[in-house]
Amino acid sequence: MTDPTYGPFGLDPWWLVLVKVVGIFVMLVLLTLFTIWWERRVVARMQHRVGPNRVGPFGLLQSLMDGIKLALKEEIIPKGAHLAVYWIAPVISATTAFIAFAVIPFGPTVSIFGVETPLQLTDFPVSVLYVLAIASIGIYGIVLAGWASGSTYPLLGGLRSSAQMISYEIAMGLSFVAVFLYAGSMSTSAIVIAQEPIWYAVILLPSFLIYVTAMVGETNRAPFDLPEAEGELVGGFHTEYSSLKFALFFLAEYINMVTVSALATTLFLGGYLAPWPLSLWDGASSGWWPMLWWLLKVQVFIFGFIWLRATLPRMRYDQFMRFGWKVLIPVSIAWILIVATARVLRDDVVLTNRELLIGGAATIAILLIVSWVFQARGDRRAAARAAREHEAANLAFDPMAGGYPVPPMPGQQAVGTSRRSRAGVTIVQERSLTQAANDVTEEAIDG
Amino acid sequence: MSGEDWTFWISGSFAVIGALGLVLSRKAVHSALWVAFTMINLAVLYIANGAPFLGMVQIIVYTGAVMMLFLFVLMVVGVDSSDSLIETLKGQRIAAVLFGLGLAALLVFGVGNGLVNAGTVGLVEANSADGGNVEGIARIIFTDYLIAFEATSALLITAALGAMVLAHRERWIPRASQEELSKARFLSGTHPGNLPTPGVYARHNAVDTPALLPDGSVSEESIPGPLQARGDIRAVDHHEVNEIKEVGSA
Repeated sequence: MTDPTYGPFGLDPWWLVLVKVVGIFVMLVLLTLFTIWWERRVVARMQHRVGPNRVGPFGLLQSLMDGIKLALKEEIIPKGAHLAVYWIAPVISATTAFIAFAVIPFGPTVSIFGVETPLQLTDFPVSVLYVLAIASIGIYGIVLAGWASGSTYPLLGGLRSSAQMISYEIAMGLSFVAVFLYAGSMSTSAIVIAQEPIWYAVILLPSFLIYVTAMVGETNRAPFDLPEAEGELVGGFHTEYSSLKFALFFLAEYINMVTVSALATTLFLGGYLAPWPLSLWDGASSGWWPMLWWLLKVQVFIFGFIWLRATLPRMRYDQFMRFGWKVLIPVSIAWILIVATARVLRDDVVLTNRELLIGGAATIAILLIVSWVFQARGDRRAAARAAREHEAANLAFDPMAGGYPVPPMPGQQAVGTSRRSRAGVTIVQERSLTQAANDVTEEAIDG
Repeated sequence: MSGEDWTFWISGSFAVIGALGLVLSRKAVHSALWVAFTMINLAVLYIANGAPFLGMVQIIVYTGAVMMLFLFVLMVVGVDSSDSLIETLKGQRIAAVLFGLGLAALLVFGVGNGLVNAGTVGLVEANSADGGNVEGIARIIFTDYLIAFEATSALLITAALGAMVLAHRERWIPRASQEELSKARFLSGTHPGNLPTPGVYARHNAVDTPALLPDGSVSEESIPGPLQARGDIRAVDHHEVNEIKEVGSA
């Protein structure tokens, strides 16, 4: 066994580890209850309603009551369900949601009952990858729930979820790369400390925007909530779940929201570091204060999630996939290339101004030539295609060309049998249909 | 037993159970799940052995991406489709057992030889040589094994390209976008909404019954094309229509 310690981590006595674990658990459950209430209130305000305001002060206990009610409801298990997998799916979802939080830093080193310890359960050299790994296991819960329900809509939801997760996790992983390059580490605590002078959201803005987009896709939240799209798939993967099992999915979704927000805070908004005007006050980044800054930053992201949900309609599935693969991933790769080049130029190569100017001019010239070549080729192709279509359209469609029934070529019009195509000119008939109908009517009257 | 022993015996047994589950499951999805389980346990062993990077990448790549793709395909194929258990190759089982034993022997002797004769440097030393596990792997991949690494990635890209070529379907004309379709619908000059439904006339409820316009004439648009083409249109009894009008006004 190698040394399990990493910096100040792994040195806590067992009771302190227990305190931290229970603390994180309680915090996540409370945050979930709070977020559900907060979401309902904010969405209500945005829709000119009041929202829950009856149970407890400002309706704060509403989600607790709802949770108790949900857990006590009757459980219905469909006959076609694959029982073992059906049972384990919500458990996978909920447990992975909790354990991803083990490496999130809440604050610097503080003293708890006389022991100096960092406000973070644990950390190791690749802890950001750990969050990514746990998230990828968590999606199994959703996919398996869809499969095990033995029902069509959940299956479609599960399928969508697996495709969505693969696509958006690539973009998410790529957005981390620039952060790793700048921080020189993949451990969350080191990344926070590396943002001491300036947050990565500022210097790595494209990475930040890509991550924020991908995190909404990764948590299945509106406008990317396709696995549970209620307009299309009833409830998606959780259609067949009820009672406590449904509550576990509910819990997992809200904890995942907090987790990705916390990761965004850690990687891009300086984690627990005090924001600018406060950072001028020395006391702001010592003791327990940083945990407050951390919580406020996470709440900013949560509010963003709620705002998105209240504002945007759900995306269409194909557009969503196209956006992930054809926009987010290529942009990420290009941005990493730029960042890596800039780092190498700054660190290893010393350039004179003259060389920089020549290099810049050469790059722009190459880009112009390449874009011109692509443009010319695109134009040529479009012209050729138009010519081909024109040619095809001029040939009349022969449905029995060569003695066999054949489909129309591109540009040709088939003889329609639909009601709509009757409005066109392609139907060849001896009598007009109006005439036929009227004749029939007259016959009936006469006879 | 030390912590490492505990980890090894627990995760190692789980990995073996998962592997057996893979082979013995009847349902393809269950097999895929057992593989995912084995992968996670292997990752735990890697991490316990001082290779956290490898462990995490194992979970992200194999459990997160590869097995997820497998599941995706299995789910596309269908929930209840089960594989046929009839052997199509003669002597397949015997050959499989022989090759399996051969592989096991190779692994046992290869790894055993390495353990006995090569001498171990120790993980702590290997990890601290470049200042850490991640740094060490990075140095090895991008210096000593650069060509092997690049060749592997070229191979993977070739495979991906092959899959794309197989799945590619050439479009003759570009797919019309939602916007273009909408514009075409309105520019055509025809009614953009639903056509009148057939079968709404009084007592009849059938697709061959035309809808009637306010003046009592037949709306030919309400009859499906194939019926129109065959002339299969139910006659409208205008006496009946008039009767209904009278009843309505009375």
